[in-house]
Amino acid sequence: MIKIIVRRLLEFVPVLFIIVTLVFFLIRLAPGGPFDRDKEVPPEVRKQLEAYYNMGVPLYQQYFDYLAGLARGDLGPSFKNASYSVNEMIGMSFPNSLELGFYAMCVAVTLGLLAGISASLKPNSLRDYVPMSLAMVGICVPSFVLGPLLVLVFSLHFDLLPVAGWNTPASKVLPSLTLGAMYAAYIARLSRGGMLEVLSNDFIRTARAKGLSETRVVLRHALRGGIAPVVSFLGPATAGILSGSFVVETIFQVPGLGRQFVESAFNRDYTLVMGTVLFFAALILFFNLLVDLIHTWLDPRLRNA
Amino acid sequence: MKRISDVPKICILLAGCLAIAGCGGEPGADGMIIRIGNGTEPEGLDPHIVTGVPEHHILLALFEGLVRADTTDLSPTPGVAETWEESDDKRVYTFHLRADAKWSNGDPLTSKDFLYAWERILTPALASEYAYLLFPMKNAQAFNEGSIGDFAQVGAEALDDQTLRVTLENPTPYFLSLQTHYSWYPVHQGTIEAFGAKEDRISKWTRAGNLVGNGPYVLSRWSPNEIIETIPNEHYWDVAGIQNDGIHFYPITDGQTEEHMFRNGEIHITYGVPISKVPVYQAKNPEQLRIDPWIGTYFYRFNTLRPPLDDPRVRQALAMALDRDTLCERVLQAGEMPAPFLTPPDINGYLPSARVRYDVDAARKLLAEAGYPNGEGFRTVDILYSTREKNRIIAEAIQQMWKKSLGIDVTLSNQDWKVYLSTTSNAVMGYDIAAGGWIGDVIDPINFLECFITDGGNNRTGWGNEAYDELLAKTMAIGDTAERNSVFDQAETILIEEMPIIPIYHYTHPFLIDPRVRGYTSNLIGYYAYHQLRLDNAASGEL
Repeated sequence: MIKIIVRRLLEFVPVLFIIVTLVFFLIRLAPGGPFDRDKEVPPEVRKQLEAYYNMGVPLYQQYFDYLAGLARGDLGPSFKNASYSVNEMIGMSFPNSLELGFYAMCVAVTLGLLAGISASLKPNSLRDYVPMSLAMVGICVPSFVLGPLLVLVFSLHFDLLPVAGWNTPASKVLPSLTLGAMYAAYIARLSRGGMLEVLSNDFIRTARAKGLSETRVVLRHALRGGIAPVVSFLGPATAGILSGSFVVETIFQVPGLGRQFVESAFNRDYTLVMGTVLFFAALILFFNLLVDLIHTWLDPRLRNA
Repeated sequence: MKRISDVPKICILLAGCLAIAGCGGEPGADGMIIRIGNGTEPEGLDPHIVTGVPEHHILLALFEGLVRADTTDLSPTPGVAETWEESDDKRVYTFHLRADAKWSNGDPLTSKDFLYAWERILTPALASEYAYLLFPMKNAQAFNEGSIGDFAQVGAEALDDQTLRVTLENPTPYFLSLQTHYSWYPVHQGTIEAFGAKEDRISKWTRAGNLVGNGPYVLSRWSPNEIIETIPNEHYWDVAGIQNDGIHFYPITDGQTEEHMFRNGEIHITYGVPISKVPVYQAKNPEQLRIDPWIGTYFYRFNTLRPPLDDPRVRQALAMALDRDTLCERVLQAGEMPAPFLTPPDINGYLPSARVRYDVDAARKLLAEAGYPNGEGFRTVDILYSTREKNRIIAEAIQQMWKKSLGIDVTLSNQDWKVYLSTTSNAVMGYDIAAGGWIGDVIDPINFLECFITDGGNNRTGWGNEAYDELLAKTMAIGDTAERNSVFDQAETILIEEMPIIPIYHYTHPFLIDPRVRGYTSNLIGYYAYHQLRLDNAASGEL
């Protein structure tokens, strides 16, 4: 097992290197630069700015300088924000995204599994149709619709929760629900499908024939295989929930990394784009590895593969 | 094997935690704090580095210049300087600083602090984008461009700790109003140098706990992308005049979120209003909606290097076929003022005499003279704008107007902001007609008109006119406002005749304000006296 982990971790290095190289040159190929402004920057000032941010040297030199910085763990200064470095900006905003992602995942897993499993136990009944229809709606309604809708109901109409912010526990409820809802819907459908497949297997019939209670059959025997598709989904979903929460972070004013990432691309903040891409890439690789390990643990057949 | 069956239980437990976390925590129970929506996250809080409007708002709270401005009519009022004198030739200003002027850490604030600040912003290596606002000062430009290395040659001199003399290159009628701009604010040498060199752009000196300022407020918390909190500065000379317990700035990029927060009472003053909400507020809650004039003009640039737009008659025809009144009243609906000229009216008493009129018959005639009767043979031209809802609505309206009045076909294209800036730059000029605008930094017509000097960085039309350039150069040496304004008028007449741009409307600043807020006065440049704001809880304003 440790050998597998070490091998996979070593594989990360070339992957990340390719990503760094691609992004470094691609972002610079995009029209417009960090110093293009509505009000033209005087040429002398522009020259000084380029010198300050190491853009005065040839591109290949900038690339090697960036790699050298990276080797030291330094993601460089932000082009846009003069008070915080890229390392600090990621360091400050990622915990918020992580927290939001964690709550959203809890919402998604709880609601999704409950709905999916209960639907699978009475297929093609009202108990199946209602949650599955809701799940379909959940998948179809984008977060930029669901978010403001929840705000209208819970904040403006019932005055139960704040509209936006991330400073009080109450302010964290709506963003977590909004972000979690879509994933809950996916998980519901995946777990229903997985459970239905497992419940039709012979070993379930055997378990029932042995006189085990239905709860025991479901929780002890069926669930383990039934949620396998959910586990596969959770890896990329976790990375996605952490990196792709731009819309939710914007609607609810969450000072997270997803929002910063998208804004950095609009601002041509080269170093912040590079830093966040690299960070997310590492995150996705890490979660994929984690999922593979969980799969190996869940399914003994994979251990010797 | 056993653990898997616990998954649902764990999930339920976590959901329970979330539910518990959801209870409690009520915002707004902490004294008289004024909460303000502030657009985007500031790029920083170093007055010598930043360039944007959100930064301007925060710096107004944290710093103060020699002279403040009356928030109603923008006339100069005492700031750090208690009094000042102007020489007869309007080239020398002597400021007398108040003896009790202090930094927020209690250090005395002297004339040398201003010299340090001005030397810093003009230092070439700092690459300050607003250094040019100090260029009216003698030799400031030469020092900033590196041709003079000794700051003693620049026209700023500390006669003693409380007396500061500034010598100007030319008489500059707007010099005192420049003092309200953050590029002229003092900075605290000890703090800057405790966190790095004088010319470091990236520094920790501006963080909460580090920043030492001289304004009515002190920075108490800065959580990027979330909030900037300030509390009253106990060392401010007019501390007794501070009417509230602090100002909180929220960087809210989403207009809808901001409006929701306002409705829910989470903020008192918004940065803007979504266009679609303006008519709603006008009808239902007019007391919460404010539409202030703003020193800015929205216009379309012509690429005068591309035929048929290289012909002034064509440009005139397009400008005359545009019905600004209808556009402002029916399409924009936020009190925008139709702009028949570039410079917004009543800047230093200046009102341009040349105007573009709406005259479809004359426009058709001009187009026919240029060789395109009824638009025949006129190639399809493209209007380029940066991706923004308002730009699209305007472009669609103008597309229809030109099709209907002149029979010409127009396509629309939009680009991401940075791509748009690159496409419209002087070096690329990759457009036919491009939406643009200008927001004044100082209250003076020169700030608008100098955009279109030949090859100017903000020109971006390819247009140039020697007489225009000469007239603007001439204004530099004129001290008399009326005489100066008449020269500006001649220049603007050339601009309107040659029409490298079509002025469309003058900006307004629509925003929402809690009716309980008192002490809020509006003006053209968004210069606010935050310390005068207070909440009158007895007022009927219900959110």
